[in-house]
Amino acid sequence: MVPTSAYLILAAVLFSIGVAAFLIKRNLITIFMSIELMLNAVNLTFVAFAHMWHQVSGQIFVFFVMVVAAAEAAVGLAIIIAIFRTRETLNVDSIDLMKS
Amino acid sequence: MQLVLFIIFGALAVAGALNLLLQRHPINSALSLVVVMMSLAVLYWSLGAEFLAAAQVIVYSGAIMVFFVFVIMLLNAGEEERTKGSRAAYLVGFPGAAAIFCLLSFVFLKESNALGSSNVGGYLNHITSNISEVSALLFTKLLLPFEVTSVLILVAILGAVVLARKEQ
Repeated sequence: MVPTSAYLILAAVLFSIGVAAFLIKRNLITIFMSIELMLNAVNLTFVAFAHMWHQVSGQIFVFFVMVVAAAEAAVGLAIIIAIFRTRETLNVDSIDLMKS
Repeated sequence: MQLVLFIIFGALAVAGALNLLLQRHPINSALSLVVVMMSLAVLYWSLGAEFLAAAQVIVYSGAIMVFFVFVIMLLNAGEEERTKGSRAAYLVGFPGAAAIFCLLSFVFLKESNALGSSNVGGYLNHITSNISEVSALLFTKLLLPFEVTSVLILVAILGAVVLARKEQ
């Protein structure tokens, strides 16, 4: 027997680590990976709530999140490759074309 | 059994996520993210979502993470260097993440009695297997969203091809 709140707190821990990694990391690919970590944390809350309510709607939501994450990874990594081609760097501090 | 699985794989997931945060080289971060996703698959299974556990292993740690590792190796990404921006990010990032965590865990712990507890395996309302339940709902009531996601994937494939194409 595990309380459902334990699963939710585990998901909160993973989500906060994802937020911290998103803000702290300077590499474009690692920042993209921390977005995937946050998506996974939210998926865990969906599955925990689906189990709690004895319903599959939450699991179907996770299925759609997975599909969208796959599409997002394909497009995002293609954009990263295009950025690397033109600017020869992956550091987010030097990718500031829209800043000035 | 549920408690043992939760402790082992929950700790493994948190350790992998912390390793993602602390490692400097992107390939180490990618491999620790694979650890997080595999332990989350075990947690999904223990929560009665067998189909999602399999999909997590195949789609996330199989397809998406291989794609990440492929791009890291293609771009020959090295260790990230410390810059001026990273100090500001440290000052804002850690307190911000801690605040989000405190807020979420406060709400969850406050409502923990109402949330109840969970046993191992699936306990759906109608006693059928998890995958038949998911597919019955997915291919009857949610057929239109399911088809729309296939269009979304098609658009994503075309977008990836266009974006990653070499400019002439």
